[in-house]
Amino acid sequence: MESALTITNLTKRYDTGTEALKGVSLTVPAGELFALLGPNGAGKTTIISIVTGLVTKSGGSASIFGFDIDAEPERARALIGLCGQEVNFDPFEKPLDILVNQAGYYGIPRSVAIPRAQRLLKDLGLDDKSGQIGFRLSGGMKRRLMIARALIHEPKFLILDEPTAGVDVELRRSMWDYLQGLTKEGVTILLTTHYLEEAEQLAKHVAIINKGEIVANGTMEEILALHDPSLSTGTSGYSGGKLEEVFVQLTKD
Amino acid sequence: MPPQKQFISFYTILRKGVVRTFRIWSQTLLPSVVTSVLYFAVFGSILGSRIGSLNGVPYILFVVPGLVMLSVITNAYTDVATTFFQSKFFSRNIDEILVSPTPPHVIIAGYVSRGIVRGVMVGLLVLVVSLFFALPSVAHPLIVLLFLVLSSLIFALAGLVNGIYATNFDGITIVPTFVLTPLVYLGGVFYSINSLPPFWQQVSLVNPVLYLINGFRYGFLGFSDVPIITCFTVLTGLILALLALNWYFIRTGLGLKQ
Ligand SMILES: Nc1ncnc2c1ncn2[C@@H]1O[C@H](COP(=O)(O)OP(=O)(O)O)[C@@H](O)[C@H]1O
Ligand SMILES: [Mg+2]
Repeated sequence: MESALTITNLTKRYDTGTEALKGVSLTVPAGELFALLGPNGAGKTTIISIVTGLVTKSGGSASIFGFDIDAEPERARALIGLCGQEVNFDPFEKPLDILVNQAGYYGIPRSVAIPRAQRLLKDLGLDDKSGQIGFRLSGGMKRRLMIARALIHEPKFLILDEPTAGVDVELRRSMWDYLQGLTKEGVTILLTTHYLEEAEQLAKHVAIINKGEIVANGTMEEILALHDPSLSTGTSGYSGGKLEEVFVQLTKD
Repeated sequence: MPPQKQFISFYTILRKGVVRTFRIWSQTLLPSVVTSVLYFAVFGSILGSRIGSLNGVPYILFVVPGLVMLSVITNAYTDVATTFFQSKFFSRNIDEILVSPTPPHVIIAGYVSRGIVRGVMVGLLVLVVSLFFALPSVAHPLIVLLFLVLSSLIFALAGLVNGIYATNFDGITIVPTFVLTPLVYLGGVFYSINSLPPFWQQVSLVNPVLYLINGFRYGFLGFSDVPIITCFTVLTGLILALLALNWYFIRTGLGLKQ
């Protein structure tokens, strides 16, 4: 099976001394939606930032569709679309310009980028906002704009770092539909999320990371099979899914 | 990235900067023109007649090239330093470029070209304004143009080093105030270094601005304190050093990536 992302023994120690990653190995199969789960501070964003070239790694290796991020960074990056955790577009730019400029950084001429950007803005329900500067958009709109920006160069591999954080239920569900549509078109998606029911709905593969180490990794069925009913909180008062129970068991101190 | 795509990325970075320069023209183009008018009025009309001539030319004609250089240098520098720093520190939209396949040399070329466009534009505006105060003779127009571009290039490169390396807002204001401004004022904008005591003449020779102003002045007046070929050689060396430094920063992520 072809892999979209292969990470081997990745380590990261920040200048502050924090050991954010302690030897992470992970494979994201091509063509699937892969959920990377873990509590706050587990190292999810660090993994994503290293893979996309925003943070330098301390050790280990990573490759995108076989292109090593050190040896062939340009070819690796060309295949990735990133929707990061923090809003990071120029607040004085308009959505259409943000998308067209982003396309430019990938070498796509304006004549191709403009219609593509207009279509993406329409698909994500932002077409009436294309002329409004970025910082006037609502939180959900900013998030959708960032997804559109990640898709402007039609990447094979889309990485979404908590795309639905702080997004209302209705919008979240429409985002799910949109992402599922993308996987049907053959786009590989790596998603981090706090909403475990989101992962349970969407993902075929799951990895759980805790304190810089992978504590579980497999298909959704395999992960759910780790569920130990005897440790369950019981029938009364419990509202989460099975995945949530597995998650809690694996990530408790 | 194939050359054609590199060019599109370069053009995108440049275009975004130039659009910004025009959009906020009252912050980018106007201030230097206003200060230059004041300088020309003071030095040309009011003080100039008392100073008389310097190196055989009326003081206003001596000071025009210096003041044009002053505007060019500060504009090229601050344009690149502030836009790069803002996109790295405040909105963090430099990530848009860093995640893309755009190679370091294209990032440098794009940002530096923004600075050159603004520097040259402001330089020409100030030059046009100076015509109202004195009609400078232009001995070597191509040298004038060459030094206009060279000085924007050098200080855009220096501004980029500052923008990449600054870790907080102080870092972006300290260098212009305590390094750039003294270099410019002591580089011979207002005087000929021949009028300095020998010791200070020697000290002035390590100031890159001296070579820029002298080369530029040579283009106008046909003579300068320092031979034109020396100016050119020193400045080329400086450009190569600054290019290498920027390339190293972006390639390794020093100052940019944690
Ligand atoms: N820029 C940074 N400098 C220092 N420490 C950091 C930095 N970014 C993240 N960390 C630390 O690294 C660990 C992992 O963080 P992160 O990857 O953001 O986790 P997650 O995305 O899973 O919430 C945390 O302890 C966090 O405090
Ligand atoms: Mg995170």
